[in-house]
Amino acid sequence: MKRLRLAAVLFLVLISGLAFSANFVAPASYARQFRDIPDAPASRQHPLGTDDLGRDRFSRVLYGTRISLLLAPAAALLSTILAALVGGIAGLAGGWIGTAVMSATDLFLSLPWLFLLLTVRAFLPLNTSPLLSVAITFALLGCLGWAGAARIVCADARTLCDSEFILSARASGSHGVHLLRRHILPNLSPILFAQFWISIPVFILAEANLAILGLGVAEPLPSWGNLIRELEGYTVTSAPPWLFVPLILLILTVSCFQLALRKDELWT
Amino acid sequence: MDLRRYRFYFVFLLFLATLVCRPLHGQTQLRFCIGAQPKTFDPLLVADEPSEAVRYLTGGVLIRLDRSSQKLVPELAVSWTINRAGNAITFALRENVRFSDGTPFDARDVAYTVGRLMDPKLHSPTGDAFRSSEAAVATKIIGKYRITIAFPAPVVGLDRRFDQVAILSAQSSHKEMAVLGPYYMAENKAGTYVLLKRNPNYWKHDAAGRQLPYIDSIRLDIQQNRDIELLRLVRGDIDFINSLTGDQFDKLKSIAPQMAFDAGVSLDSELMWFNQVPSAPLPDFKKAWFASTRFRRAISSAIHRDDIVRVVFHGHAQPAVSMISPANKFWFNSNLQPHTYDAKAALDWLMQDGFRLDNGVLRDSGGNKVEFSLITNSGNKERELMAAMIQQDLSAIGIRLSVVTLDFPSLIERITRSFDYEACLLGFVNDELDPNAQLTVWLSSADNHQWNPNQKSPATAWEAEIDRLMRSQASTLDIQKRKQAVDRVQQIVWEQEPFIYLVNKHAMSAVSPNLHNVHPAVLRPQVYWNVDELSLSSQVAKDRQ
Repeated sequence: MKRLRLAAVLFLVLISGLAFSANFVAPASYARQFRDIPDAPASRQHPLGTDDLGRDRFSRVLYGTRISLLLAPAAALLSTILAALVGGIAGLAGGWIGTAVMSATDLFLSLPWLFLLLTVRAFLPLNTSPLLSVAITFALLGCLGWAGAARIVCADARTLCDSEFILSARASGSHGVHLLRRHILPNLSPILFAQFWISIPVFILAEANLAILGLGVAEPLPSWGNLIRELEGYTVTSAPPWLFVPLILLILTVSCFQLALRKDELWT
Repeated sequence: MDLRRYRFYFVFLLFLATLVCRPLHGQTQLRFCIGAQPKTFDPLLVADEPSEAVRYLTGGVLIRLDRSSQKLVPELAVSWTINRAGNAITFALRENVRFSDGTPFDARDVAYTVGRLMDPKLHSPTGDAFRSSEAAVATKIIGKYRITIAFPAPVVGLDRRFDQVAILSAQSSHKEMAVLGPYYMAENKAGTYVLLKRNPNYWKHDAAGRQLPYIDSIRLDIQQNRDIELLRLVRGDIDFINSLTGDQFDKLKSIAPQMAFDAGVSLDSELMWFNQVPSAPLPDFKKAWFASTRFRRAISSAIHRDDIVRVVFHGHAQPAVSMISPANKFWFNSNLQPHTYDAKAALDWLMQDGFRLDNGVLRDSGGNKVEFSLITNSGNKERELMAAMIQQDLSAIGIRLSVVTLDFPSLIERITRSFDYEACLLGFVNDELDPNAQLTVWLSSADNHQWNPNQKSPATAWEAEIDRLMRSQASTLDIQKRKQAVDRVQQIVWEQEPFIYLVNKHAMSAVSPNLHNVHPAVLRPQVYWNVDELSLSSQVAKDRQ
């Protein structure tokens, strides 16, 4: 198991390194259209062939990986911060405040987030740059994805408040910010980290879902979602193998995010 | 125990079971996909393709244009005559015909339909095609099965236009749900499918005396994604695709060549336009760009149409010229050529309008960066690819284009109600050879005058000229005069480019070998124009039970 974790971490490091060095590794710009060779098979110049518009698929995979690996953690961080705030307030305050906050969280959980996301997206200004639009999309994902984690944080915060060492700290005069900083936050951090970590693949998949609906990252920016869209018209047996690269990367990355977490962290 | 005494009951029960089961066994269901939920089931308000599909399959018309021979054939009217002035038509109606709900059909229904169609309050796009003058239309019922409809001014191609007019029942409590076509609407599961069932009172019979249509029901699945639609055809889930993309055609040709049909260049075109609505929520400097002919000409010259044909359509299209496709041999103005790609000419047009290129970024005379968004419907791969190509072409002259894909209802909302958009890329579906059918687009007062609809008076001199020419060609029966007027309109559209025509697609379709009596045509609906004569192989019927 340890070896598997190590392999998963190594894979994530490797793919992140490759994605962040896309400027040096990619043979062409992700947007450049080689219109004389659309749908070209894999070759030395284009290791994964070209897409429908003649854009180098390898470059697009690299830049798409960068977008997914940069923005999904950012969205996960945003949702974890929101979860920590909401869940923390509910757990630490307790009483009617806790009940009210958790009721609001339950209500939020019941919202069909995909439709909510589509609605919010439809109201966005049209004339935003592709990069800004993708940042907004992931920010929206982050803002809508905190509720599940908030419940877990709340439950953990409640347990902490009732624990003997907190009672003891209180008895010895520790209150407010000091108690929060010295005793509560350090004890909540493993669960916050686990929530952050397991949210990353969720947001990667959410973006892919949006892209498959044609509502993901705007042209000409690539993402794993819109790269996978190329597979829509193919059956498993008829698609050229290089078309599966983004899909394989997505599956491997999502799996590695799960494997990289220790089992005890995963179940917290 | 003597079972013989129960023999009668046994036989009777068997007979009952046979009766009950009969509708199930041998039921045939035709399946195909439509791109969106039909916006209306009122046949007089149809303006979108999915609604048109439902209207074609359910609506009974007086006269039908045979999509194969391109000749008019009698349907609910057994004969008709047009007066010399060309402003009145008299129909002799078919007798003993009933609507799907059993209500009898007679001249009162035709009078009711025409009255509703021409009611200005209804804003019927179908009715607009008959409107050659502002005055009212008169109907005169001569007998139970005879009626004259008189228009205030001559209407060109008057009889042909009745192909679009589905007759409604004046008496039925079901209103527009009572139909005279081969099918009636049985179920509408919003966003999923529309189910049509065989009209038990349909009047047509085949040569052997069997009542048509042969197929018992039609399921129109709502499927935006064209690739999934093709996969479903190959798997046998659906029976045909009315219109294929070039990419899909090539793919299908390689795996199932017997399913792929290319009927050549069609009447349809792909185009883009700029929002010129004065009240649109856009900055004034952008409104000024979009209203400038030079700006539009520059954009048009910067777009590489030949590349679009080759890359997006795999050669199954040709660069478009103007409002009429070269497929329309009589009406097409052959003196016009497609706008060719010329980035230098594009910059020249822009310089004449005070634009300047500043470190690779185009700016207007006020120093504003030239950037705008282009909306198109999500799920249409060809349009998404065209938009990406236009994006790159325009970046070569320093323009930043944002491509935004929207779901269809949001897009329609923006281009017809809120006018909150800058440029739009869509297709123009044309069923009619006679350009008079495009009155609903070219009159400045029309709803479909998309770049600036419902104008009280023409906003520009060239729109006023188009109004005049379109009205004049619509009010004369002299074919040469009409041709001259329509040629001039094409010339103006070519010069002014309110619509920037990109390509005319080929008419390509795909049909399952299980569907019989199919004769794909260039005109819509290419595959199911003879829906009442189509039949499915018995194996398909069996598999779908």
